[in-house]
Amino acid sequence: MSSKEQKYKADALIAADIDAYLETHQHKSMLRFITCGSVDDGKSTLIGRLLYDSKMIFEDQLAALEADSKKVGTQGQNIDFALLVDGLAAEREQGITIDVAYRFFATEKRKFIVADTPGHEQYTRNMVTGASTADLAVLLIDARQGVLTQTRRHSYLAHLVGIKHIVLAVNKMDLVAYEQSRFDQIVADYTSFAKSIGIDAFTAIPISGLAGDNITQSSGNTPWYKGPPLLEYLENVELNVTRDQDKPFRMAVQWVNRPNLDFRGFSGQIATGTAKPGDKVRVVPSGKTSTIKRIVTMHGDLAEAVAGQSVTFTLADEIDCSRGDVLAAADDPPEVADQFEATIVWMAEEPLLPGRSYWLKLGTQTVSAHVQQPKYQVNINNLEHLAIKTLKLNSIGVAEVATDKPIVFEPYAINREMGGFILIDKMSNATIAAGMLHFSLRRAKNVHWQVIDVDRDAHSRLKNQKPFVLWFTGLSGSGKSTIANEVEKRLHIMNRHTFLLDGDNVRHGLNRDLGFTDADRVENIRRIGEVAKLMTDAGLIVLTAFISPFRAERQMVRSMLPEGEFIEVFVETPLAVAEQRDVKGLYKKARAGQLKNFTGIDSPYEEPLNAEIRVNTTEKSAKEAAQYIVDWLFDLNDSH
Amino acid sequence: MNLTHLERLEAESIQIMWEVVAETQNPVMLYSVGKDSAVMLHLARKAFFPAVPPFPLLHVDTTWKFQNMYALRDKAAKAAGMKLLVYQNPEALERGINPFDHGSLHTDIWKTEGLKKALDLYEFDAAMGGARRDEEKSRAKERVFSFRSNKHRWDAKNQRPELWKLYNARKAKGESIRMFPLSNWTELDIWQYIHLEKIEIVPLYLAAERPTVERDGLLIMVDDDRFPLKKGEKPKLRSIRFRTLGCYPLTGAVESKATTLTEVIQEMLLTTTSERQGRAIDHDAAASMEKKKQEGYF
Repeated sequence: MSSKEQKYKADALIAADIDAYLETHQHKSMLRFITCGSVDDGKSTLIGRLLYDSKMIFEDQLAALEADSKKVGTQGQNIDFALLVDGLAAEREQGITIDVAYRFFATEKRKFIVADTPGHEQYTRNMVTGASTADLAVLLIDARQGVLTQTRRHSYLAHLVGIKHIVLAVNKMDLVAYEQSRFDQIVADYTSFAKSIGIDAFTAIPISGLAGDNITQSSGNTPWYKGPPLLEYLENVELNVTRDQDKPFRMAVQWVNRPNLDFRGFSGQIATGTAKPGDKVRVVPSGKTSTIKRIVTMHGDLAEAVAGQSVTFTLADEIDCSRGDVLAAADDPPEVADQFEATIVWMAEEPLLPGRSYWLKLGTQTVSAHVQQPKYQVNINNLEHLAIKTLKLNSIGVAEVATDKPIVFEPYAINREMGGFILIDKMSNATIAAGMLHFSLRRAKNVHWQVIDVDRDAHSRLKNQKPFVLWFTGLSGSGKSTIANEVEKRLHIMNRHTFLLDGDNVRHGLNRDLGFTDADRVENIRRIGEVAKLMTDAGLIVLTAFISPFRAERQMVRSMLPEGEFIEVFVETPLAVAEQRDVKGLYKKARAGQLKNFTGIDSPYEEPLNAEIRVNTTEKSAKEAAQYIVDWLFDLNDSH
Repeated sequence: MNLTHLERLEAESIQIMWEVVAETQNPVMLYSVGKDSAVMLHLARKAFFPAVPPFPLLHVDTTWKFQNMYALRDKAAKAAGMKLLVYQNPEALERGINPFDHGSLHTDIWKTEGLKKALDLYEFDAAMGGARRDEEKSRAKERVFSFRSNKHRWDAKNQRPELWKLYNARKAKGESIRMFPLSNWTELDIWQYIHLEKIEIVPLYLAAERPTVERDGLLIMVDDDRFPLKKGEKPKLRSIRFRTLGCYPLTGAVESKATTLTEVIQEMLLTTTSERQGRAIDHDAAASMEKKKQEGYF
């Protein structure tokens, strides 16, 4: 049925039986989604088209639109739908969207709230803001341009914020003659990228916002496309509203309702789970327990309340409970901690100052908090991890956060409401960052730094050298240990105080409890990193020779050390060559299935992208490679 | 259990109101007696039941509202058990500012200036209003917590990002915040909710025979004898109703036979013009609402 026919049918029902119509419309569901795309991808046009086709534009607005289209529009004598949604005067002059705008439309099945987020480069914060309340993201791609850096960026951000449904709207199909091959190519490009960042599924639809293809009805121009038009997809995509109800009960207390001495109610919006009178609940963090007595509303008590509802509970016992506390299932309460790892999106002109005290607001808890120097920044264009000392406007990084008192939380991936937080500047009161908690750092609890009088500078001055870590990475059998050994001998001759950490002296002692699973490999590298850091604090030059297959862990060690003190040496040897050498016979065993998780065989090796030094062992002998590295260190190479 | 869109909107609005009372010192609810105000007041009563909402109602009056509105205003406040503050800008009163002689100055001095003065007088640091994002283009970008300088100015480019349900209500002395609990409601949502919750509204929203004259293409109701009729002009009885309510000489009516709420919704669903069309204020200039907001108009 076309949208026009649908509309006439609806109008007929409205005219004939308004009560029946209202009855169906009171049971509509609601979908919140964001649209993102680059500046010229046709985002405003698409939204304007959705509003227009779902009859949300009235005649007076249309008259104004027609006049505006002729005056300032970009479509000649045709209606410029973009003008419908480009709200602020400043934007209309510049022709760009500069902030998140919310639009509304409804169909027979659903009410929609659209967060219209700008594609302009410097506005990462607006996209994250719009995405934070969205269930679904529509990513626009210009069919002529294909998957661009901005597409990758928007996908990463949508995924970061936890959006489960992604629609790839390949727009401007009219400008590529509705060619299926072009569409298929774009979908193939996007598929491989999406997988790499953890997006398991998405829906691709070929559209033209301007011409109206596959927006409200299937287009005759794309007979090869068998899926639903965009609006039909949005109307029918499964909502995850009940998903939150299946989780354990949690409600942050917003307000204590105390009209008189006989009534004490605890008000808040239920984040997850369900609750009914008689349920045992625990007040977190105090840990005191009680039972739900009533769920009070103006229209009578409720028998049950579910995630998403705003309700007032009374409890059977008089226990302490106030704003900032969380009411939770007594037998399954959330965690309490004061140190965390978090992803942080910086949203202010003034950069992050590690160690500075900010307000952190999570749920109804507001506490003082500080952020450590970030472990790394994510380059959202290519997803590389970069060593960084601070976070600037629109940059995203991972860092440790410490609060001045324990807070109740859950990992963001499990519970958006109890894992998402904002940081507020204590001077300007501006919201300067948004964050997503990953986990608490339990082991770090109550460990505080000692101030040491004989510091690392004193140690290194005595040894008359600048400490650093020379981090060798490469496949098993690539020659890391051999070359590292050669380098150490040369440095020793040069009166340098050095120490070589390798599998032999670490795996047998410090790390003998660790195996070769991914988690153990990560912990292995973390410990080696910490030891190397202590040794540099002692003024030593440290050489390490480990496969260290994952970029993230090498990056982790890099970010532990002061800038310039982590020198990555990629010992580059093709797998076939290393396997052929097979000094220790390990490849043979791995191929025979006797060794599990062997790097290069059934466990990945992530090559360094920006190693300070690369040595190719098919071109250089171990001794030549060692000399090359020493020359690099003392700035003797032409290339350096 | 699936929540309907109205249940989700209601829960969101109530969550916002709890944040307002918990995080500000001296909040107030602006009450203009229109349908949006009626819904907002109803939600406040639900949010704080069995207590009375812990803030007063403030009506920034222009002396030019419909008589029907004044009657319902007093009745609704009484039913809620809330304190009602009525503020009339003394400067406007003294200068005799009226919609006939002073054009857009009328709105500016009575409403924009009146609101600022009232907020200063009572030292309110937070004011809840019934504005919706679907009303008008510049409202679409409005935050739920909209920050105002100590001069009550709105700086579109310097608003705080709002993520999840986390609202930042921190501010310096003298600064204030306007809060919009109905941000995500549409006109249809409002009507459906009024219908579902049986909320009392001003009878002017329903069609009846009323004395009218035509001015600049708008049908204006002659609500009292202050209306300057042209020589020989006689108000004509027409069956009309209003989609929005403001100062009576500035609010255009629509001809209608819809005498019940469901008939009004029926007409609304079949209509072809937007609700703000009946407001003279928006016709000033393309960006008039944005300009007014920067100056402090709600």
